[in-house]
Amino acid sequence: MNLLKRILGILWIILSIAAAYFCIFEFGLPKLVSDKQDDLVFGIIILFILTPLIVLGLGTFGYFSLIGEYDKRK
Amino acid sequence: MSKTSTKGIWKVISASSMGTMIEWYDFYIFGSLAVVISTKFFPSDNPTTSFLATLATFAAGFVVRPFGALFFGRLGDLIGRKYTFMATLLLMGCSTFLIGCIPSYETIGFLAPLLVLILRLLQGLALGGEYGGAATYVAEHAPVGQRGYWTSWIQTTATVGLFISLMVILVTKNTLSAEAFDSWGWRVPFWVSIAMVGVSYLIRKNMDESPVFAKAKKEGSISVNPLKESFGNRYNLKFVLLALFGATMGQGVVWYTGQFYAMSFMKTVMSIESSQVDGLLGIALLLGTPFFIVFGWLSDKIGRKYIMMGGMLLAILLYRPIYKQMYETVNLDNKIISNTYTTESDNNDKKEHYVIINNEYSDGTIAATKQISHAEKINPETQTTITINSQDKWILIFLVFVQVLFVTMVYGPIAAFLVEMFPAKIRYTSMSLPYHVGNGIFGGLLPAISTYFVTHSKEAGKSDFYLDGLWYPIIIASVCFVIGMIYIDNKDKNTHI
Repeated sequence: MNLLKRILGILWIILSIAAAYFCIFEFGLPKLVSDKQDDLVFGIIILFILTPLIVLGLGTFGYFSLIGEYDKRK
Repeated sequence: MSKTSTKGIWKVISASSMGTMIEWYDFYIFGSLAVVISTKFFPSDNPTTSFLATLATFAAGFVVRPFGALFFGRLGDLIGRKYTFMATLLLMGCSTFLIGCIPSYETIGFLAPLLVLILRLLQGLALGGEYGGAATYVAEHAPVGQRGYWTSWIQTTATVGLFISLMVILVTKNTLSAEAFDSWGWRVPFWVSIAMVGVSYLIRKNMDESPVFAKAKKEGSISVNPLKESFGNRYNLKFVLLALFGATMGQGVVWYTGQFYAMSFMKTVMSIESSQVDGLLGIALLLGTPFFIVFGWLSDKIGRKYIMMGGMLLAILLYRPIYKQMYETVNLDNKIISNTYTTESDNNDKKEHYVIINNEYSDGTIAATKQISHAEKINPETQTTITINSQDKWILIFLVFVQVLFVTMVYGPIAAFLVEMFPAKIRYTSMSLPYHVGNGIFGGLLPAISTYFVTHSKEAGKSDFYLDGLWYPIIIASVCFVIGMIYIDNKDKNTHI
């Protein structure tokens, strides 16, 4: 199980990068350049709240997994 | 460790739950009265006020809550749980009451929406601080081995708060004429809050501090800098991240799907008449609420992990079949028209002409399609409202009830789960943040992101476009399920109570 946790750490890091791509280029930036006020607020929240949370949070979680912080013995 | 008697803990539960329920009530009446509030404070023909309205909805509902969790969580770990969640209660109550006192946009101009926005932000901050305090306070009083059961009473408060807000508004509307409600009656639910908060404050004032915090304070072992210890310490940070990505993130999307997305889906995608949706949702919530207690109790027996993960897995597997069945239950293409008649009318003030085509179906369903032609617009606007029959209503109640069951599975045990993850000296701070990020950010963004998926699929011409909004909760819950199953240990809890 410890090995699986460590291997999955790589997946979480990759997932955080993929999520960053979607949050920035699919959801965030298109909303920022939209004419609608709702979209502007939504875009700001996606870019400046959700994206850092996922990238930094999930990325750090993946890194901790990879270096064995979640291993059973700890 | 706690020596609180059963009688004593009921006092603790009553005081904590009542206050938390009132905070949810305060938070929800803003949303429930959004239409009338927008006409009074945020006129749609003004782009600046529209922007403030969106900010008031998004910012306070989603973004500010984690900041409230940090601010009040830190206070709770420094000065105590009791005084902190009394402060959040007063802040919430006063903000709500004052929203009900603000003169309209017509009277004081831009100051009105600005004040509403500020008070709404304060509401979000207060809510961010309340939950962690109440859950921690109850858990630290609860006997060992029964924390799931006792904290599950706190878990019912969000649903009960929503229900009571709908009831207070309904009673006010039925007591007053439509003109009086529109003129000043909408303020009554806001004013009612201050009385409820006053009573709750007096009850809470007479409660003792949490025994665990009082002991830590006496021994001088409380944290000097809870924020640094919670998030600057790698050992605690890894549990904060695990709580977020392995539990609260999935719990947040399941909660919002089962209670709010279901409501929005029935009203906007299925076009069911609004009061019918509110009624059937209310019945499903009432039937489902006791299961918060059931699953909280069960989590004491078999562990929190498998109940929460079971709820997530069921949601992941069954959301699409459930929503497909909901859609097909009311799909007019599956029904036979028995009678059709048309009425026409004019609204000279708005320069609009209305044509209403009423289709009555053999099973008792009625669909009214209203075509609105405007003198200055080329294409008429079309709105369809469906009044469902009794049988379809009960099918939908059952399907929503099943979703509420998923909510109770993931949400019932989570307060005990979070409390048990962190040591007493940083518990309030550490558990509040993942809870409010999971619910406020991941859960709160669900309507906007799901709507994006639906719109995208509709434009692509997909026949089952109405189901694609579910991909967001399904993906988030799936990631959370995998993390939770692999990384969370059901027995070896990081418990320091």
